[in-house]
Amino acid sequence: MSVSLTVNGRKRTVEAEADKPLLWVLREDLDMPGTKFGCGAGLCGACTVHLDGEAVRSCQTPIADAAGKQVTTIEGVAMNELGKRVADAWTALDVPQCGYCQAGQIMSATALLKQNPKPTPDDIDGWMSGNICRCATYLRIRAAIRKAAGLPAEMADASALPAIGVSGEQLA
Amino acid sequence: MTQTVALSRRSFLVASMAGGAVLTLDASVVLAAASATAPADVLNAFVRINADNTVTIGAKNPEIGQGVKVMLPMLIAEEMDLAWEQVRIEQTDADEKLYGPQVAGGSSATPRNWIPMRQVGAAAREMLVMAAAKKWGVDPATLSTASGTVVQTSSGKTATFASLAKDAAAQTPPDLAKVTLKDPAAFKIIGTSKPGVDVPKIVKGEPLFGIDTRVPGMVHGAVVKCPAHGGTVASFDDAGVKAIPGVLGVVAVNSGFVPEGKADTLVIVADSWWKASKAREKLAVKWDDTAVTSFSTAKYEIDAAKLIAGTPQTSVFKAGDPDAALAKAAKVVTADYEYPFLAHASLEPQNCTGLFKDGKLELWAPSQAPAGGRAETAKFCGLTPDDLTIHLTRIGGGFGRRLLNDYMVIAGQVAKAMPGKPVKVLFDRTDDFRHDFYRPAGWHRLTAGLGADGALVALKDHFATFGADGKPVRAAQMSPGEYPAPVVPNVDLGVSYMATNLATGWLRAPSSNAMAFVFQSFLDEVAEAAGLDLPELMRRTLGEPREIPGERAKFHTGRARGVIDAVCKTAGWKGREKGRGFGFYFSHLGYFAEVVDISMADGALKVDKVWVAGDIGAHVINPLNAMNQAHGCVIEGLGQAMVGQKIVQEAGAITADNFGDFALMRIDAAPREIAVEFVKTDFPPTGLGEPALPPVIPALANAIYSLTGKRHRRLPLEVV
Ligand code: FES
Ligand code: FES
Repeated sequence: MSVSLTVNGRKRTVEAEADKPLLWVLREDLDMPGTKFGCGAGLCGACTVHLDGEAVRSCQTPIADAAGKQVTTIEGVAMNELGKRVADAWTALDVPQCGYCQAGQIMSATALLKQNPKPTPDDIDGWMSGNICRCATYLRIRAAIRKAAGLPAEMADASALPAIGVSGEQLA
Repeated sequence: MTQTVALSRRSFLVASMAGGAVLTLDASVVLAAASATAPADVLNAFVRINADNTVTIGAKNPEIGQGVKVMLPMLIAEEMDLAWEQVRIEQTDADEKLYGPQVAGGSSATPRNWIPMRQVGAAAREMLVMAAAKKWGVDPATLSTASGTVVQTSSGKTATFASLAKDAAAQTPPDLAKVTLKDPAAFKIIGTSKPGVDVPKIVKGEPLFGIDTRVPGMVHGAVVKCPAHGGTVASFDDAGVKAIPGVLGVVAVNSGFVPEGKADTLVIVADSWWKASKAREKLAVKWDDTAVTSFSTAKYEIDAAKLIAGTPQTSVFKAGDPDAALAKAAKVVTADYEYPFLAHASLEPQNCTGLFKDGKLELWAPSQAPAGGRAETAKFCGLTPDDLTIHLTRIGGGFGRRLLNDYMVIAGQVAKAMPGKPVKVLFDRTDDFRHDFYRPAGWHRLTAGLGADGALVALKDHFATFGADGKPVRAAQMSPGEYPAPVVPNVDLGVSYMATNLATGWLRAPSSNAMAFVFQSFLDEVAEAAGLDLPELMRRTLGEPREIPGERAKFHTGRARGVIDAVCKTAGWKGREKGRGFGFYFSHLGYFAEVVDISMADGALKVDKVWVAGDIGAHVINPLNAMNQAHGCVIEGLGQAMVGQKIVQEAGAITADNFGDFALMRIDAAPREIAVEFVKTDFPPTGLGEPALPPVIPALANAIYSLTGKRHRRLPLEVV
């Protein structure tokens, strides 16, 4: 079928099977490999994108369901102010290890802050628990979300960064 | 980076590139130092000075998230006297003849490259100084360098490296073994925090990983593999698959697991991976697997119980007379420990892209050990290793999975079957779980004897694991130096092997991740019998600071003691306390002691805080990355113990389907705080990708015992 959707503000039309997941349309048909394949089963969050502003797992979203909708991916997340703040916090705190999960983490974190601008540590853990980081950058993910939210670094956040060397702020 | 021209062994040449110059170093000495077997007649290229006085440094090792893509260039930049802002980093291709060993494994990059990469930088700097001295007609001894500039302070003369690059390249290269390295007190880059070079691209979703490879005209392969490991394709019917529009064909390949001439994998190639993947249900395959369907977790458990109750088949270490010592011991402690097979579950599923053209094979490979992949792929493709060009991509998690190169072997054969067509082969998550090189399971029966004075006088282990012909399978080895064996007078480390059809492999901190749990948990039991806590038992058994020779590495009791004391101090360790556990382990040349604090809330185990003290020598090259590695190790270890990680086998096949069956630790279970401290000692720096992992597992198990009074001797820990 032919499907039209808006991706990062740009109108796109693709020819694809109705059940082809948005993930694979993005990666294969639209040449946007930023959205990652981790499990294909809604279990890891690597493929998280925003569909009409809501975080969804693109591996579980048939392209037919995205017809006529607004899709934001990691490639376009910094186009809005909040997404840019999140991506900047990720850079400032040097969150990634391998980096493979981080597109999904950033998309989930941005969706969290959109509906909960000042999340508590429990809010963060609850919301982000759908996103696996196999490298386990969780302490920095928490710290980066707090930073993007303009919340003070906690004791726990401080332990995410080295006592010696450069602090997160100086890195920015 | 790749535009280097090999002229002669002693040449140091300039090849003009767009606005820059390539400094090609004769690195035969680098290689000699790095690997005794490396050919001596090779050139090596790491440094390009650009016209704008930025300097491009080649990062030679595969980046799996361990930060090596920044770390190795830091060493070169330090000795070149560059300002970090000048540095541009590029991943090199896989080419060990040019670059020396390129392996992401064994936490080896730091100890292996600490001197050679600095020599590369120092040689480049020396040649730039020589060029300036010649140009100005002055004594090089009057010149100094800083921030990519050569300076003569007395005259006020300065010249940028860029302005000197061509002249520098004409200099006779210095003998790398004789170049002067900086006094560590003068380090400006080493020991400072440098963020990941690819982070700005990662947060924008730019293509970096193997799975992101896109070559014009590329097609896609999805795999169908014999569920029972070691089984082969008897016959298959691809009529249904071929009827699907967009499907190009089915290629039968050997992923390297089965004898040559047989196939264990069918690859459906289509114009989209999604299509190829879906087409798998239409492929009818008959497998020849009767020889391997008898293997199962249940059978291993029965066999292991029989084995450890009997006499060991062999011994890896014996000292004194343990049976006599046990007969006379004032107290005897005995316990059985066990741990399961584990998968790696790197988040980026296995993949590789290949293009076979004009008799040559080009690969885009997320491999931790591309040299091995080159040899094996060449073999299965009927090519010579030199027929292969291997581009290294960023890797979405290694953990040891990608030290073995089945995905490369598969992609090579599929590409060869479709000359001129680039093809990307990609596993899905189920393939990835079911066709891994698993951390082998193990069973231990341990016995320790204490003398009347509480001293540990005897130690016996009967370790049942997997092997054949009296030899362990890959990653099932037990070291004869397994602590405390070297410090106990009467020891027998016995081993018995049973067969498995599974391919096994190294998982982050291989063997240590299991042995630390076994021995440090058991020692906590021994300590209790001796009326001590584990740190105190460790101190007493370690004794005076000294080096104990080992199979692969010396073990320094003073360094072990140093981290034990450090973590006890920062954690405020006061002896046995409820909800607290301790663990120590030495692996990959790193000494780590860790304390874990836990609590139980609503019947659920919660890790509140972890303290880590590590000794990896005199320098922590990149503290920012070091913290991330330590966190990763700690949380991975906790995950192995806490969230139900276990690979189960039935009828020769692995049952795990997805992350629902093999859980990884998620953010809500991760500790809120991990306090990491490095104890600096006067030893060359060593690696950090692994050694912080092993001790956290026994520290957790010991904490659970202290809180609940129940000793858990099996991984994963079934706490509630
Ligand atoms: S790939 Fe979609 S949730 Fe894992
Ligand atoms: S950074 Fe590797 S999976 Fe998260």
